[in-house]
Amino acid sequence: MNIEKDNQFVIEGKLALPYQYFSGRTGSRFLIRLRDDKKINGLKCNACNKVFVPPRSTCEICGETIQDNWVEVKDTGTVTGFTVVRYSEPHQPVKAPYILALIKLDGADTPFAHIVQGIAIENMKVGLKVKAKFAEKTTSTIMDINCFMPAG
Amino acid sequence: MSRRVAVCAVAQIKNEPDIWYQRFQGMLLECFEELIKKTGVTFDMDKGIRNIVTCSDDVFDARTISDSGMADVVGAHLRGEKKSAQNGINALGYGMSMILSGHDDLVLVMGHCKESQSESRNMCTNLAYDPFYLRPLGLDFLNVSAFQAREFMKKSNITDEHLAKIVVRSRKNASKNPFARENGSISEKDVISSPYLSDPVRELHQYPVTDWAVGLLLCCEERANEFTDKPVWLTGFGNCMDSYFPGDRELTSNFALKKAAARAYKMAGVKDPKTDIDLFELNDAIAYQLPLWAEGLGLVPEGESDLWVESDGMDRHHVNLSGGMLNGNPIMLSGLARAVECFLQLRGEAENRQVDGVKRALAHGTTGGAGQHHGVIILEK
Repeated sequence: MNIEKDNQFVIEGKLALPYQYFSGRTGSRFLIRLRDDKKINGLKCNACNKVFVPPRSTCEICGETIQDNWVEVKDTGTVTGFTVVRYSEPHQPVKAPYILALIKLDGADTPFAHIVQGIAIENMKVGLKVKAKFAEKTTSTIMDINCFMPAG
Repeated sequence: MSRRVAVCAVAQIKNEPDIWYQRFQGMLLECFEELIKKTGVTFDMDKGIRNIVTCSDDVFDARTISDSGMADVVGAHLRGEKKSAQNGINALGYGMSMILSGHDDLVLVMGHCKESQSESRNMCTNLAYDPFYLRPLGLDFLNVSAFQAREFMKKSNITDEHLAKIVVRSRKNASKNPFARENGSISEKDVISSPYLSDPVRELHQYPVTDWAVGLLLCCEERANEFTDKPVWLTGFGNCMDSYFPGDRELTSNFALKKAAARAYKMAGVKDPKTDIDLFELNDAIAYQLPLWAEGLGLVPEGESDLWVESDGMDRHHVNLSGGMLNGNPIMLSGLARAVECFLQLRGEAENRQVDGVKRALAHGTTGGAGQHHGVIILEK
């Protein structure tokens, strides 16, 4: 039998595996503070004088254990980079077009990825000051920050 | 101890948008049978192939441990097999180290990927990001690369016109490559007017969805003449992984590429890539990456690739004469596609895209959004 394109046999599949990701001691503490207190925390390497957000228990530069050096960073920051996502696909949290940005929070040294809303796409720019808008309903994830909005 | 490894033969199928008529196994079997035919290599446990490196990705195959179902068609049954789920350039690096260590005389490197079978390439690469901080935001290799594109275009004054020139040139070069994906020719105007996918990346700036399979036979120096009278030598390899979080990285510093290249150059004795290397194949998944990687490799001074693109530096330095990844090679295999073009050019088998007098070439591969990981291989005649 000659199999042509219009009668090729395909099996429909879908990778969908219920799964629980343990967010770790460091990640749990970050997410709990975010959920319960609406505070964003980072971990500081004193040797490198660098505050990491998202937090991690080891400094990637010097290898020092920094898991207890929690510092609170502000919920305001500066956009260091951005893109406007124009395609709509199921893995996205909001409908396109939306602005994805790297935001250096005041008090942190590593820009942090999140969504920016409340500004027209054509006015979006690097250097924009933004402030976190917390979600009304918690999901105990990074989406407890709903998005960032232009500050002031 | 020998410091070089021979590539005795390569075999590939044509890059296509949708190989609906063949399974992964069938695609790779074609390459496998061609390699056996070309070299006469056997699977004798004393004198033949005892070890195979495969290259594939679980999520793109929608099958965990994606190599396990491939063993029987790559000759890996009842012998050693290991998998590279990073860019195939690393599969070549593994093969080199297996031979240089003395553990194996012969290594077969076999890679496959069918991007066409998943509903969305971006959904696949979204899964590369952690489920706590990045994945929920919809990050994927395309939009993370767009952060890098914006920053780099500003740093090196790269414009939409430069990018259009790169894309049109890629299509033109690919039209001379019988194994390249057939995309049809386009104008610079088509590129500039193609819609944004993720600003400043436009639809025609990104490589198209592609299916492909490839194989290479590697051999120790002492026995290469058993399988070919025209070996191409792998003389240098280096790789480097940058930070995981996009915000931790200096996106336009080429940190990982510079480290990878420096290691490969040192191993191969390359002092100045501009004069010591005759041909380059760079992993340009998105158009802006071609000049960015050229800066990282030391081919162009940092921040000056705008002038390099304008003054036809890409032609002068023989960059991506295959059409590059930009014309279409699947993720994971793009570095192997680069190495295959270098192999053909060094053997004088690149037909009407052949450059005269190529003695040394560089193949490059990247993995991850915005080139988190880089691998560089030096090939010589």
